[in-house]
Amino acid sequence: MEQNKKSPKILVFSTDKISDPGIDQAGLRKIHYNPSVYVISLPCSSGIKPKWILHALENGFDGVFIAADGHECSFSSRCADHTNTIVETSQVLMKERNINPKRIRMAALCSVCAEPFANHMENFSKILMGLEEIPA
Amino acid sequence: MKEKIGVYICHCGGNISDYVKVEELSKMFHEEDNVVVSKDVMFACADSNQKEMIQDIQEFGLDSIVVCSCSPKLHLHTFKNVAERAGLNPSNYVQVNIREQCSWAHSDQPHEATVKAAGLIRAGINRVSYSESLEPIDISVKNTALVLGAGVAGMKAAIDLARSGTEVFIIEKDYFVGGRVAQKETLFPTETNAKQLVTSLYQEMKKYNNISLFAGASIEKVSGSLGNFNIDVKVKPRYLSPNANPQMVKQAMDECTVTSADPFNFGFKSRKAIYKNYPDAWPDVPVVIPELLENEIDYKEKFKTIFNFNEPEQILSLVAGSVLVTTGFNHYEPKEGEYGYKTIDNVITLPELNTLMELNPKQLVYNNKQVKSVAFIYCVGSRQTKGDNKYCSRQCCTSTIHTSLQLKEKYKDIQTYHLYRDIRTYGKQELMYEASSKQGDLYFKYEEKEMPVVEKVDNSTIVKVKDYLTAKMPLEIEADLVVLVTGMVPREDSAQISEFLKIPMGSDRFFNEIHPKLKPVETVIKGVYIGGACQGPKNISESVQSSMSGASKIVALLKRGTVSVDPIIARVDSDICTWCGKCAEVCDYTAIREIEVDDKRVAGVNKAVCTGCGICAPVCPVNAIEIAQYTDHEIESMIDGFLFEVDIKEGEVIQNDQHEEDESTGMKEYPQIWKEILAGIQERNTIPEIIQNTGINGDLVTYHLMTMNKYGIVSPDGMDAKEEYYYYKVKN
Ligand SMILES: Cc1cc2nc3c(=O)[nH]c(=O)nc-3n(C[C@H](O)[C@H](O)[C@H](O)COP(=O)(O)OP(=O)(O)OC[C@H]3O[C@@H](n4cnc5c(N)ncnc54)[C@H](O)[C@@H]3O)c2cc1C
Ligand code: SF4
Ligand code: SF4
Ligand code: SF4
Repeated sequence: MEQNKKSPKILVFSTDKISDPGIDQAGLRKIHYNPSVYVISLPCSSGIKPKWILHALENGFDGVFIAADGHECSFSSRCADHTNTIVETSQVLMKERNINPKRIRMAALCSVCAEPFANHMENFSKILMGLEEIPA
Repeated sequence: MKEKIGVYICHCGGNISDYVKVEELSKMFHEEDNVVVSKDVMFACADSNQKEMIQDIQEFGLDSIVVCSCSPKLHLHTFKNVAERAGLNPSNYVQVNIREQCSWAHSDQPHEATVKAAGLIRAGINRVSYSESLEPIDISVKNTALVLGAGVAGMKAAIDLARSGTEVFIIEKDYFVGGRVAQKETLFPTETNAKQLVTSLYQEMKKYNNISLFAGASIEKVSGSLGNFNIDVKVKPRYLSPNANPQMVKQAMDECTVTSADPFNFGFKSRKAIYKNYPDAWPDVPVVIPELLENEIDYKEKFKTIFNFNEPEQILSLVAGSVLVTTGFNHYEPKEGEYGYKTIDNVITLPELNTLMELNPKQLVYNNKQVKSVAFIYCVGSRQTKGDNKYCSRQCCTSTIHTSLQLKEKYKDIQTYHLYRDIRTYGKQELMYEASSKQGDLYFKYEEKEMPVVEKVDNSTIVKVKDYLTAKMPLEIEADLVVLVTGMVPREDSAQISEFLKIPMGSDRFFNEIHPKLKPVETVIKGVYIGGACQGPKNISESVQSSMSGASKIVALLKRGTVSVDPIIARVDSDICTWCGKCAEVCDYTAIREIEVDDKRVAGVNKAVCTGCGICAPVCPVNAIEIAQYTDHEIESMIDGFLFEVDIKEGEVIQNDQHEEDESTGMKEYPQIWKEILAGIQERNTIPEIIQNTGINGDLVTYHLMTMNKYGIVSPDGMDAKEEYYYYKVKN
């Protein structure tokens, strides 16, 4: 548990064309971040099912971070709205299960957002460390 | 579920194994029930390993493979090909990124990096065990290509496409074809007449009835994708009646007296209210500027049968299987005051001089004064280490020297001065440089840190320069005409085209190919290709080479009548779907329609149109939609894999001074192999020289250079004398 407090486990949903290169670049430039961050790459951030988010939070992840495509999305001009809806829907489901809605976070990341990604991970880790544990 | 999985964990020559205990991991996964092969390998992408993987797949009858190495951006296709070559469906392969997202990102915490790598690999194994063999989807396509831009690059490509049986729509924004070449008189290196070249390309196009040219046209909207792009094209009116009598039209042109500045001739001429760019411009149909004729009542009355002032704009909806972008470039426009441009009356640009020469066949006259001396200042708007245009415009050295040869030939008694930074008359163009030196042209070398200055002193124009060829001797050159050798810049509407077609622009704002050597005309958008100077500075021969290569890619793509597309798309479980229509509402591609399956109304996905974006999946209230390769099983099992508890002992932290911060670059130091290659690059060695000097395997040198190029650590910097190999330079 002590260990867990130190570096919360974060699941990142990223997109292969837009935020993945930014996250890769953080690694390339050896900009370090919490090693308990795991990335799943999807075509578009509007394709994340709330069900997956719940699955992560109920099975051991402390937080879920969505690297949203926002205006850069090559699939849909309404991407930011769609992703937002997914976050809201998930938060409703989370509340029903007594999971703090702060455990999900969304921010736009671009293909060169290496530092911003590392900063987001640091801030989010701090927030997660201040939260009550997820009820079993 | 897959039962015979092969796992390959890469050292990446230390890039991974310096931090992550790859050997230990490969042993650990070997214990897993469904893992038949688990190996750690020095370079997963090396030929020898690829061969070994193929052997393993065949020998052990592997049903799926997981490669744990670098980012999928680099080698996804390499390993997909390995699978394919071994007879394994490539969708049964999963790439796990333990370099960019693990060993490098967490090089400060090697133990944690190993634990994370274990989770990532576990997730990859879980994912691949749910993988399905997907077959590519064949879409039937119309064998039609849309070429955007009728410069030399576009026209030549259109001809090639048409000759191979592809129907072509060629869209030209200007009312006349030919692009920048039409603005010139004589071309290097062949001394061809530029306007005749344009004419012959146009006549050649006209021979094919499967080419439709739309001039004065631009694209308004693009939807659809590879095989079926739907493109709305706006065609501007020429305000000329379709049945106008050609004799009357000619007469109207002759008798027209109202004029305005003529941008085609850089304002050196005026153009009439009914005009062509030049007498032989094609198509041979003039354009009317109605605003200029507003008060010309009598004139309009006299020629009323030829005008059609009510001609509306037309919007055409075209369908094309593929698109070739050949929109070309713009001339760099110097800022006001840059070397006295627009502030000193006898400072002009190179394209302006070319036009001036064409308009002055006998004597070169500017501002009513005969020109006896010309000073060229090279690299204006190019190679700006601090400005936007860092690149060399490639053709301007040659173009200037060619112009200088012509000045002598045409006007005899004229002296030219060349203030250059480096002369880049590569290949055979060097001969022109020699000829210019021999005819007495004078060359002075300046450096960016001490640029020439143009000043007006009394009535003379003086160029001051420190000549680096003679120990920075300060010189003052008096010239009748100062010519700024302006470079090539991206067109102002590139961003719009990039938006329409979703093709990326580079930091120089030219359109970006996928890879300058390996995929030089392909873009990241399937079915969209680029050619000519819209990719970056090129001369005509290079422009035409790239557009023709784009054309042949398109022919190969469309000629079978079907195109295979990625099977990673949405699918609906018709047992669960209740046809609520929510998925169809969010799909921007209208890929979902109501269909009937066993008397039940359900959602049906159009495979040719679906992009696999997945936007429809989360909105389904009954979870009836999933995207292939991103199914609930696959994603949720990956999540479980990440959370997999591993028991890895915290060994000694691998520490050696190789990995200390190098403050000067703001980065941790590079791996040893990179250092060796970079040392060679700094010595300006080519790839074969680096291989020879370092003894590193040739494939590896190429591979690592490509990686470094991809990540912007090095960039190509010219070619060797034989034009066989690129030089690279280290970027900051
Ligand atoms: C001063 C100068 C002199 C040169 N002299 C020579 C020479 O002597 N020999 C040589 O080999 N090379 C020369 N070049 C290089 C040569 O001009 C280029 O290689 C050539 O023009 C590139 O052809 P292109 O078709 O790619 O582009 P362009 O010539 O720029 O043609 C592009 C065409 O696309 C059209 N277009 C643009 N945007 C759109 C749009 N959105 N929709 C529809 N149509 C669009 C344009 O109107 C244009 O007709 C010279 C260049 C310069 C700057
Ligand atoms: S071709 Fe010559 S003039 Fe043009 S940018 Fe390159 S070095 Fe300068
Ligand atoms: S949202 Fe789901 S239930 Fe509704 S039509 Fe689409 S697939 Fe069927
Ligand atoms: S995945 Fe869904 S939303 Fe995206 S294009 Fe296909 S059907 Fe439309």
